[in-house]
Amino acid sequence: MTAAVLFENVSRHFGAVRAVDAVDLAVAEGEFFAMLGPSGSGKTTCLRLMAGFEQPTAGHIEIFGETAEGVPPYRRSVNTVFQDYALFPHLSILDNVAYGLMVKGVAREERRKAAEDALAMVKLPGYGVRRPGQLSGGQRQRVALARALVNKPKVLLLDEPLGALDLKLREQMQEELKSLQKSLGITFVFVTHDQGEALSMADRIAVFNDGRIQQLGTPEEVYKQPRTRFVADFVGSSNILPPEFVAQLGAAPQFASLRPEAISLGQSGNGRLVLDGTVLSRSFLGAANRVLVNVNGTRINVMSPAAALIPAEGDPVKLSFDRTDLHLMEAAS
Amino acid sequence: MSAIAQQHAIQTGRGSLAGRVSDFLWKHPHVFLTILLGPPLLWLGIIYLGSLLALLLQSFFSIDDYSGLINYEFTLATYRQLLNDANFDIIIRTILMAAIVTLFSAVIAFPIAYYAARYARGKWKVIFYLGVMLPLWSSYLVKIYAWKLILAKEGILTWLVTKLNLLWLLDAWLSLPVIGGNSLSVSYTGTFIVFVYVWMPFMILPIQAALERVPTNLIEASSDLGGTPQQTFRHVLFPLALPGIVAGSIFTFSLTLGDYIIPQIIGSSRLFIGQAVYAQQGTAGNIPLAAAFTVVPIVIMGLYLWMARRMGAFDAL
Repeated sequence: MTAAVLFENVSRHFGAVRAVDAVDLAVAEGEFFAMLGPSGSGKTTCLRLMAGFEQPTAGHIEIFGETAEGVPPYRRSVNTVFQDYALFPHLSILDNVAYGLMVKGVAREERRKAAEDALAMVKLPGYGVRRPGQLSGGQRQRVALARALVNKPKVLLLDEPLGALDLKLREQMQEELKSLQKSLGITFVFVTHDQGEALSMADRIAVFNDGRIQQLGTPEEVYKQPRTRFVADFVGSSNILPPEFVAQLGAAPQFASLRPEAISLGQSGNGRLVLDGTVLSRSFLGAANRVLVNVNGTRINVMSPAAALIPAEGDPVKLSFDRTDLHLMEAAS
Repeated sequence: MSAIAQQHAIQTGRGSLAGRVSDFLWKHPHVFLTILLGPPLLWLGIIYLGSLLALLLQSFFSIDDYSGLINYEFTLATYRQLLNDANFDIIIRTILMAAIVTLFSAVIAFPIAYYAARYARGKWKVIFYLGVMLPLWSSYLVKIYAWKLILAKEGILTWLVTKLNLLWLLDAWLSLPVIGGNSLSVSYTGTFIVFVYVWMPFMILPIQAALERVPTNLIEASSDLGGTPQQTFRHVLFPLALPGIVAGSIFTFSLTLGDYIIPQIIGSSRLFIGQAVYAQQGTAGNIPLAAAFTVVPIVIMGLYLWMARRMGAFDAL
């Protein structure tokens, strides 16, 4: 099967800055693909390479098996939902949504109909006569989505589309985007710096740092088996144990990641590894307590259910976890 | 105890005169606004608008043809005189010149402004501003006389055209009716060239400011949605730059309507509105007719702004 988007050794350098450095990736058709990373990690540049706003310095890009480098954005069946929506301020909402059809020469009546259908799909029926300035952030976001989807793109690119929304609205839009993607069957490529968003929405995640992909896999894989220290730290703040510490536990002397929620306070037997430490601090997070424990000079975060008994600061405590939750990582980065 | 803890939550006033004035103005923002706006409004209201109204009032008086004295009775006689053939010719000539100058200025200014807004960075931006503003630093008269020399029959332009073996083209152009003449410096073409040159900064800067405010991602969004560069220009860039173009055209249009020096030094001897005003209030001593002539640009600019508004030029503001 041809990939929806294929990157072969793609680089994009701006002078001495390697924004994207030798990236390989293949987005499958119909997939919800997330590119996750901190700002400046190259994820947005990758998206812009797919859209055609940037051209690769080296490497090869294919979109549905066709060479994409050197092809201008207006000749790609790829549409983008911009971070700040980029709605045309001088056009009505209807004209905004119908813009892509208008420039392709679709008849007025037909494109009006299509634009109204698209607005209904994003739950903004009857908003066509308004101007972008009259809508709220969440509504503009939906208009931007409708404006892209009305063109029936082969790939939809989303550049941190939920970044400007407040928490409640963001969670609601996550659900809607996910179900929209399922029902339309369009390939979504989604850029975000929010690991929770990537984990909950994506079929697969590419974790970016310094212009390179650190790890590419399903949310489960990326979360449970981080390949590098960067991934372990960026995706769900894991405990990163130094090689000497890991060696004492009877594993190979490598950096290892141990998820805070995999550790229980107190001894719980059955062949689990047990560590002795002292409680440094504790904080109440609502659904859970976070307890910071000092084990022979190594600080270990424990996520303990709110109901569990928490020892006081300075008290000795036993930590236990399953050996399989200790995940060894590559030495690099 | 730290220094902060020793302070009172509410501090006493500074006590000095300046301190008391500050406290008073803070409590009475209206007084502050009055002080801020009073002097400029007095200037604008009395000295500027007042004299403008006085001038307009003059246009409703008439002049006694025999004594040359002003007859202070309201009449439309002066406006009738304004619309006689000779004077109407002056008006039409000036409006046409202003319109063509404005159109060409916009066409020439747009690419320069576009470059400055989209591409010029750092050093090049400074060079752009200097390049646009520098001509404004030197005397207007000096520049116009310089152009007279450039455009003269013995001038550098004719010399250059001769060297390029294109003299036949220049001669053909100069032999055209109306726009031609003995040389560029005594033709409407020459007047036009100098007008475009002199007003160019006033067209470039507003367009550049308007383009500067168009976010790059709107251009990208148009392209992303399938708009070719021409379509993006037509449907996104141009409508968003239109307020700037209109602002620039207000400058070039009104400045051309009112100027009396350029057509006097460069061009045929036929009058423009500005020259007519100059002649009527000076040598002819016909203040009412001079005032009536100045009403023409005001009315035209009013109509122009009204039309621009109707066409949605300010929708993007």
